[in-house]
Amino acid sequence: MSFQPLHFYQTGTFTVGNRLLAEEDRTVQAEIGRTNSLNSGHRACQGCGEALGARFAIDAAMNAARGRLIAANATGCLEVFSTPYPETSWQIPWIHSLFGNTAAVATGIAAAIKVKKQKGEMGDVRVVAQGGDGGTTDIGFGCLSGMFERNDDVLYICYDNGGYMNTGVQRSSATPPAARTATTMPVGPEPGNAFGQGKFLPAIAMAHEIPYVATATVAGLHDLEYKVTKAMGMRGARYIHILVPCPLGWGAASQDTIKLARLAKETGIFPVFEAERGEVTGVLKIRRQQPVEEYLKLQKRYAHLFGKTPAVETIARLQAAADKNIRKYGLLDQEAN
Amino acid sequence: MDKPFAITLDPGSSLANHTGSWRTSRPVYVDRLPPCNKQCPAGEDIQGWLFHAESGNYESAWRHLTKDNPFPAIMGRVCYHSCEGACNRGQIDEPVGINSVERFLGDEALKRGWKLTAPTAESGKHVLIVGAGPSGMSAAYHLRRLGHRVTVHEAGPLLGGMMRFGIPKYRLPRDVLEAEMQRVVELGVHVQLNSKVENILDTMQDGKFDAAFLAVGAHIGKRATIPAGDAAKIIDAISLLRSMEGEDQPMLGRRVVVYGGGNTAIDVARTAKRMGAEPLIVYRRTREKMPAHDFEVEEALQEGIMVKWLSTIKQADESSLTIEKMALDSKGFPQPTGEFETIEADSLVLALGQDVDLGLLEGVPGLQVSDGVVQVGSNMMTGHPGIFAGGDMVPAERNVTVGIGHGKAAAKHIDAWLRSEEYVAPVKHDTAAFENLNTWYYTDAPKTVRPMLDIIRRQSTFDEVQGGLDESTALFEARRCLSCGNCFECDNCYGVCPDNAVIKLGPGKRFQFNYDYCKGCGMCVAECPCGAIKMEAEEI
Ligand SMILES: Cc1cc2nc3c(=O)[nH]c(=O)nc-3n(C[C@H](O)[C@H](O)[C@H](O)COP(=O)(O)OP(=O)(O)OC[C@H]3O[C@@H](n4cnc5c(N)ncnc54)[C@H](O)[C@@H]3O)c2cc1C
Ligand code: SF4
Ligand code: SF4
Repeated sequence: MSFQPLHFYQTGTFTVGNRLLAEEDRTVQAEIGRTNSLNSGHRACQGCGEALGARFAIDAAMNAARGRLIAANATGCLEVFSTPYPETSWQIPWIHSLFGNTAAVATGIAAAIKVKKQKGEMGDVRVVAQGGDGGTTDIGFGCLSGMFERNDDVLYICYDNGGYMNTGVQRSSATPPAARTATTMPVGPEPGNAFGQGKFLPAIAMAHEIPYVATATVAGLHDLEYKVTKAMGMRGARYIHILVPCPLGWGAASQDTIKLARLAKETGIFPVFEAERGEVTGVLKIRRQQPVEEYLKLQKRYAHLFGKTPAVETIARLQAAADKNIRKYGLLDQEAN
Repeated sequence: MDKPFAITLDPGSSLANHTGSWRTSRPVYVDRLPPCNKQCPAGEDIQGWLFHAESGNYESAWRHLTKDNPFPAIMGRVCYHSCEGACNRGQIDEPVGINSVERFLGDEALKRGWKLTAPTAESGKHVLIVGAGPSGMSAAYHLRRLGHRVTVHEAGPLLGGMMRFGIPKYRLPRDVLEAEMQRVVELGVHVQLNSKVENILDTMQDGKFDAAFLAVGAHIGKRATIPAGDAAKIIDAISLLRSMEGEDQPMLGRRVVVYGGGNTAIDVARTAKRMGAEPLIVYRRTREKMPAHDFEVEEALQEGIMVKWLSTIKQADESSLTIEKMALDSKGFPQPTGEFETIEADSLVLALGQDVDLGLLEGVPGLQVSDGVVQVGSNMMTGHPGIFAGGDMVPAERNVTVGIGHGKAAAKHIDAWLRSEEYVAPVKHDTAAFENLNTWYYTDAPKTVRPMLDIIRRQSTFDEVQGGLDESTALFEARRCLSCGNCFECDNCYGVCPDNAVIKLGPGKRFQFNYDYCKGCGMCVAECPCGAIKMEAEEI
């Protein structure tokens, strides 16, 4: 269990805040004075999970770093919709890197800070690198692995929406099996994205045995903030992978973004856990288990599974993958509420 | 300013980009009508007073509650709480124990001596109220708060009506009843006890009243034509219960048979039990068909009260009764079977319902009576202008809460009528249906059970049967409320908006949308636990 759920009868610790909760049990997002790192006026789609996830994570990081934070940002949706020249939505020091080198840029910033600190030219400032799944699991993977291996003092946050969305929804190595994208059309014997080997970056990050690896979703704010705060309390290379549903790329209703993230967790499709030095130390249990169909059928990228003759076998394979996560991470628990 | 290489523009904020123009529909904050409030016959804002109780602010909760109903301690004991049957939480685990929290607030007020709010200005009008039962006293309270002079004429020696002379004290202790009645009197309501109104028009004229509210209840016990021997002891339930309030308690003998299947029959039997008798209820239909509330039947059975279902009484003699067995026909009506039986009985109590004594209304022009009750319009006014009526004497369900609701409604209409206006009730909000909730956000929490008196004391004393909640359990129970349809400041909308388009105004002030940036994604609507936001199409 990664944080202690409060049995607060009215809403538990599931809501963002609540007038009846003690201040320390409310989230950063509940504060009137939160940073709003990613401010209004950005050009993300209606109901964008990434815009939400980025504000959740960076506000929490700002809170933990007492406002002394620099972010390096890979090319991708997040960068495109937040900084069309000459405007910016960022209310923190922020730098745009290339698509593939944001981990390296962050490493450089961290190194510079270290030197300046040693020379007594500045106090402590923390560094965050962030990008989408394209910039992280595909294009930026080499730089990221290097950053892990050298244990550079950077928190890397990946916002995973499973594809290259702003360029027209192309497949990435994080696109889930069977999902339709512009480059994995629902045609042929195995419609949608192929059932490949998969590339689950949190597991790869764990293999580097870095101090901290965690997954989170935009549906579990308390958990997400807890993890960012914990990561900010550590030094060295840290990695947080946040599932951020994309209404455009997933073909989902804009109001369903959080619901989809919740379903991804409740079905077992996306395991939510944390790990220290390569070992899982906590999981967020499933509270109300659901079959994968509940998650899939809200998304047009899986519409081909629910045609006149439902693709029972494919759905069963996706269910099996979810079940495997449940087994592997121990996501089910009688005591979970 | 010299700009760096390749830079031609100064940096700007994205606040310049008003993304609100993308919107095709907009979220708006609403207050929906929670099903509990909708159901409450006294029109209480249940969700509203629970909201205060949830933060432990019991006095605010009590003040909010008593805006609609001045008798929470009574309510918390005798109200049949149909609100709980409508409560949305019932579809998750169990309904919120609204009635228990209400009683807690009522008792807390009595303990702490909280007073009702007195009127700030006098209207100069004088209203007559006939009958100091719940309906009459509710009207007195509301009229007084509206600044009118109020005089109550009550035939009996004490306040409370059927709550005093019907409902037994093991369900409603008399100190509680008296305290809540007196609190209304303290607002400056003038009460004349032992003063039966014989003719309403005369009394109104003598006292120069501007309007009258009648709430005389239904006190004449219905009789059944049972052939009876001279020595048979037959009494009606209402007279029996009334005499329980007096000095000399009735002599019933050991074997008491109660005839009827309503709440009154149950109360009489339970009373007889406490007096040392062995009561037997005789009812012509089955338990399922009994008009008495199931929980009352259950409590009576627990106390060892016997019931003979499907039986009618054919003949009453000095120490025995002849009973005929009945059978339900295909339509569910009891039909005689011709099978007879004799049972021993020292007395027979008839609890077959009550009629209204309409004596005071003789010769009132325009007044309409049908089925033995006085007809009133939706404004509670009888056919005679200026004479209003409510409670058991008008066509409606007969219980304390309905009577209180009538008193409140009548007070509003009388107030308007006195100014030659018409009271128009505010339009009701849409109902907060279960479908409007996002129940993910609520934790499981089982209902708190109220303590019950031990069975021996229940069988032998008139001590109160059902106990109350203490502070911690009352708080728990209040917090089980889902706050259906009304913002309870959970901050979800503020947190889940990807565009920071929700402005948090601070404790107690709720939230506001910033339509300059709201793109209309609807996430706040989907994630509001209680359904306090709705989407409205944008005019394009
Ligand atoms: C045994 C029993 C148990 C009950 N239990 C419950 C219960 O648990 N919960 C519940 O909600 N309801 C219960 N009820 C029903 C409830 O008591 C009545 O519905 C309610 O009291 C009606 O209120 P009222 O103000 O219309 O009349 P009443 O309470 O009957 O009051 C009328 C008053 O008017 C006075 N009056 C009559 N004629 C005149 C006159 N001409 N001049 C001056 N005064 C006059 C009477 O003396 C009386 O005080 C019970 C009823 C009975 C009989
Ligand atoms: S949960 Fe609260 S607001 Fe909703 S119906 Fe029940 S008592 Fe009323
Ligand atoms: S989401 Fe929470 S804070 Fe927002 S309107 Fe609903 S109850 Fe109120």
